[in-house]
Amino acid sequence: MVPLSYYVILSAIVFFIGVIGVLIRRNIIILLLSIELMLNAANINFVAFSHYLKTITGQVFVFFVLTVAAAEVVIGLAILIALYRGKATVNVEEVNLMKW
Amino acid sequence: MTLVLFFYFAAVIVATAILVVALHKPIYSALSLLVMFFHVAGLFVLLDAEFIAAVQIIVYAGAILVLYLFVLMLLNVRADEGYHQQFRIGLIVGLAVLVEAIFVLGQSGFADRDPAAVPPAAPVPGNTEGIGRALYTTYLFPFEVASLILLVAMIGAIILAKKGIFGKEERGR
Repeated sequence: MVPLSYYVILSAIVFFIGVIGVLIRRNIIILLLSIELMLNAANINFVAFSHYLKTITGQVFVFFVLTVAAAEVVIGLAILIALYRGKATVNVEEVNLMKW
Repeated sequence: MTLVLFFYFAAVIVATAILVVALHKPIYSALSLLVMFFHVAGLFVLLDAEFIAAVQIIVYAGAILVLYLFVLMLLNVRADEGYHQQFRIGLIVGLAVLVEAIFVLGQSGFADRDPAAVPPAAPVPGNTEGIGRALYTTYLFPFEVASLILLVAMIGAIILAKKGIFGKEERGR
């Protein structure tokens, strides 16, 4: 049986790879993919704790995370398309209209 | 056996996650994310969550990633020339927070706790049945709120992405 801490550490590693991706990339699509990484890390934690605490609640919450992920992707990509129509770029450094 | 499988899945998940962040062409990043989703689903099977594993493949790999690929093909973006200029600082901050998290986790001592000591909750007849039962009884209200979120996302995406929905002229490219 795999110890619970292995799953938690794996999830922490994946989460922080996602954080680093958000910090260092300039392509908005990659930023959204990094957010998917972080949500998946949270899902790994939910399912692992659900298994070790012998309750189904964690798996139910994976569904809600999934819902939020889907909504986030749809809205994010719609914003991206609207942005690309106006500026023809997906580089976050060139999108600085609201920067003071 | 389970341990070997776990390490295989963990290694592939970490490697593909790094590739998602490090590769320069967005299409390769999306495809390595696809590989990662499949291995996360395998991890869920190890944890006796077969239904979640199936949903992971169907919804994440089948729907969300296809949406990403669709937009990638639609926009035809060039490869990224380089990382953000805060590359070094971002890397250092991320690694520092990761080390801190693992350290705090190690200090908390929850890993030493005996998993068998947890009293079993109500016996679950089956994975899918148990999830359905919990979802439609205990978590009925959050379930309805989730459907509302999806509706808002749908309307918002149509309004954001549609050209000239408010009767304005399209602006120059």
